[in-house]
Amino acid sequence: MRERYEVVIGLEVHVQLTTNTKIFCGCSTAYGSRPNSNTCPVCLGMPGSLPVLNRQVVEDAIQAGLATHCTIAPRSIFARKNYFYPDLPSGYQISQLELPICEGGYLDIETPERGKRRIGITRIHMEADAGKLLHSDDPGVGSLVDLNRASTPLLEVVSEPDMRSSDEAIAYLKQLHQIVRYLNICSGNMEEGAFRCDANVSVRPVGQQTLGTRAELKNINSFRFIKEGIEYEVERQIELIEEGGAVVQETRLFDSTTGTTRSMRGKEEAHDYRYFPDPDLVPMVIDAAWIERVKEQQPELPAEKMQRFMEQFELPEAVAQVLTAERPLAAYFEACTRLHPDARTCANWVMGDVQRMLNETGLEVDKIPVSAQMLCGILVRIADNTISGKLGKQVFDLMWESGKSADTIIAEQGLKQVSDTGAIEAMVDEVICANPAQAQEFRAGKDKLLGFFVGQVMKASRGKANPAMVNELLCKKLRDE
Amino acid sequence: MELTDLTIHEMAQQLREGEISAVALTQACLERIDVTDTHLNAFISVCRDEALAAAHQADERLAQARLAQENAPMLTGIPVALKDLFVTTGVRTTCASKMLADFIPPYDGTVVRKLKEQGAVIVGKLNMDEFAMGSTSESSAYGAVHNPWDVNKVSGGSSGGSAACVAARQVPASLGTDSGGSIRQPASHCGVVGLKPTYGRVSRSGVVAFASSLDQVGPLTRNVRDCAIMLQAIAGYDLADSTSVDIPVPDYLAGLEEGVAGKKIGLPQEYFIPGLDPEIKQAVENVVETYRSLGAEVVEVSLPHTKYAVSCYYLVATAEASSNMARYDGVRFGARVDPGKGLVEMYTATRSQGFGAEVKRRIILGTFALSSGYYDAYYLKAQKVRTLIRQDFLAAFNEVDYILTPVAPTPAFALGDKTTDPLLMYLSDIFTLSANLAGICGLSLPCGRSSAGLPIGVQLLGKPFDEAGLLRTAYACEQTGAWHKAKPEL
Amino acid sequence: MREKITREEVQQVARLARLEFSPAEADLLTAQLDAILVRVEHLNELDTTTVEPTAHAVPLENVFRADEVMPSLGVEQALCNAPLQAQDCFAVPKVIE
Repeated sequence: MRERYEVVIGLEVHVQLTTNTKIFCGCSTAYGSRPNSNTCPVCLGMPGSLPVLNRQVVEDAIQAGLATHCTIAPRSIFARKNYFYPDLPSGYQISQLELPICEGGYLDIETPERGKRRIGITRIHMEADAGKLLHSDDPGVGSLVDLNRASTPLLEVVSEPDMRSSDEAIAYLKQLHQIVRYLNICSGNMEEGAFRCDANVSVRPVGQQTLGTRAELKNINSFRFIKEGIEYEVERQIELIEEGGAVVQETRLFDSTTGTTRSMRGKEEAHDYRYFPDPDLVPMVIDAAWIERVKEQQPELPAEKMQRFMEQFELPEAVAQVLTAERPLAAYFEACTRLHPDARTCANWVMGDVQRMLNETGLEVDKIPVSAQMLCGILVRIADNTISGKLGKQVFDLMWESGKSADTIIAEQGLKQVSDTGAIEAMVDEVICANPAQAQEFRAGKDKLLGFFVGQVMKASRGKANPAMVNELLCKKLRDE
Repeated sequence: MELTDLTIHEMAQQLREGEISAVALTQACLERIDVTDTHLNAFISVCRDEALAAAHQADERLAQARLAQENAPMLTGIPVALKDLFVTTGVRTTCASKMLADFIPPYDGTVVRKLKEQGAVIVGKLNMDEFAMGSTSESSAYGAVHNPWDVNKVSGGSSGGSAACVAARQVPASLGTDSGGSIRQPASHCGVVGLKPTYGRVSRSGVVAFASSLDQVGPLTRNVRDCAIMLQAIAGYDLADSTSVDIPVPDYLAGLEEGVAGKKIGLPQEYFIPGLDPEIKQAVENVVETYRSLGAEVVEVSLPHTKYAVSCYYLVATAEASSNMARYDGVRFGARVDPGKGLVEMYTATRSQGFGAEVKRRIILGTFALSSGYYDAYYLKAQKVRTLIRQDFLAAFNEVDYILTPVAPTPAFALGDKTTDPLLMYLSDIFTLSANLAGICGLSLPCGRSSAGLPIGVQLLGKPFDEAGLLRTAYACEQTGAWHKAKPEL
Repeated sequence: MREKITREEVQQVARLARLEFSPAEADLLTAQLDAILVRVEHLNELDTTTVEPTAHAVPLENVFRADEVMPSLGVEQALCNAPLQAQDCFAVPKVIE
């Protein structure tokens, strides 16, 4: 049944910008403050107040547009979108309708099922966020309005309805998410509502040119739920059509506990937003020189960086992808390679132990106690055989806790590898003597027992024996006699 | 001569010399208000305590200045009053509406702040048409303003209180706002000088918005020199207003007496329509003769799109107003009426009971003009016609330096006369609207008296940012007569 | 002659604007608005196909402010005119979603 239908998905993403202040006033955008503590007459919509545009918002919008291959509008204006809601203080949202700041871009995605595809971006525009509505348990109180978030700058990124599967939708979203984090214009924190996705989902019989009626899914704050929501919605629509019904154009909310969508139709009446150019704000004129300046400040984007890592450091794509997932991690890795030329080793350590500690502690890369320089201290000592790789991991953990340098820890803990042939030979002899039965079995052909002997020698040396050497000597001694 | 009969210019001089005190001056104004305002209803709030406290401070500042042999700002100690849509900290700001009956702002607007910084004494908040929507100040929720020259007549609007209080010498100066003639027309009806500066000359931050692309703040005074003094105090670029213009403020007093020799003044033929009151026509013709005798050339010009101005205005202004009024929803400030049936009912009841009929009418008209299916035919069309009207003026100003017109088709009419027909009311704004649509500056100057004893004013229009020229031209005419010295009997 | 605005349209627009009128008020309003709209009809005499709309009376562009934090009003002042408040928030009748 499903194969007879094609899925059509368009996505609208609201990207909350990390500017210091709101889009039209100087109130702080700091999250989590006491309700209504970051408000002023402008964002409260009080009589006589007037908006003044935060230049950084325009810069961030141009950045986003350039990173997604959009055309930046030479002339752009704000419009008022008029409707009533308690979280909308002025009774209108300042947004953009005609002449949005960016148009006509794209992102190239890839999924296992459908391969490489180009997803169009219709437009990116700037707008002011609404406040927050909280529901009180106290029956006498009703609902509560906190306007701290009101007028926080948003970029709305609207895609063409080019996606044909939930996987494509997720691939697109993840890339967009990565880009805005790379550009440092958005935290990407979906739980806090910094990156909000609405999905327009419709189905049509394969081969039909006209689009089916779409439903808009709102209120989904994780990639997993978006996928689930889209999947559920597709099934729902197909079932509906198969049973002879018709899909209604409506807004639906995704319920993460049941994995289903339900209609919001009760709340929505036909909205006539009566857009008109905001008379309190003047047009933005963006010339080539401004765009150039923004371009110069643009960091290397994920796709480019990944490509470069593959070429410059001779890393396989999968590794490069992991390393470039987050810009700070990529920077950390690169800093390592400047101090320790073995890129592969650096990569393994960054993706391994460093990532492990980041996951465990939840710290940001720039806040971790083991800097790239400090990490390289370990790598250098492994490379020059002062310590073994395994001990290196121990040093790393100790370094994380203490903040001390590799050499200091090695000295303090007496971890210097024993590479003195004579000393190791002595230990090898001892171990072989102590385990005659296993020695005999090994010589009889049970090669696996080598591991046992290596383990015994390492234990005897408290891990400090040079493993390669132990191996070599054991083999020689066990085999020769 | 009473203290309240002094001009700002004279008050400022005497305050500086120490001949009079700011406190005495303020007290005199407060007394005059007490005596006259029951007949006029020009004031919604009188800030007795705040005013006297400010006057005390002004006296100290003046004393210090005298000691230091310096000059305090000219407005130090000068009593002024503000139309009740200027947001004032701690002082009720009602916009003459029930919606804001108890609204006490926790902030000052820019112009208010400027006045306070210069030591002006804010005596009270003035009555007006509700939310500045009207031409007679009859739509106020606090009763109409009466014309000091005949208390049975309207004062004009929407800045009726601003004009009446100056005419009645309750204060020597007031501030009003002008979106379609709301300073110039009441000034004309009350026999005072009223100036609408070029759009962007004075900050709108802290001024409750009616029609954002048309509103402008301006002074009302008894004479042109005082008007220049007030404009000097309030003009200037403001970061808080994105539509304010960053052009230097000239010295409006310098060259005030230069005269009009060699200047060209245009008379737009389209303004001299059949419905124009013959006494007004005569008064304007007298002014023409005066200017000729002063050495100016008066020629005919054409502003071909004049007849479309009212239609254009009432679509643009109401559309913007309908959006500006949306914030009055009972949620964060102002009145709230909650019938207990949920949110939408609360909004609807609050707005239906909080707003008066004229405000509601304009909201409906404006909402309609912006609505889906009608936007192109009404709002967009009007904005295009607006361009044509503006082009008319810019073309005319290539030929002449100033334009001379009547202010209103008739002198002040009786209270209650036009309240039943809004369209008739709108049509009476014909002479003043265009200046707001074009964004240029305009001034109303007293120039005559009707046979019924009501003031007649003449309007001068000037190029964008040529307020200095406008004041100079008005001054020249003013000084040939004595209209600026006339005092109504109250 | 076809009306420029009907009573139904007035009621519809009233709903959009969160206003309500009694039937008598609605009738009067409809007649008044109709008269006004008839009057503004004459704008169509003008050919404006090549005319740009004036959104601003003064041709300004690129007015910005720096991304610097300015003092906020503070919770007490922000709420000082609230008709109803609770827990540092503006309280409104329950919003059903």
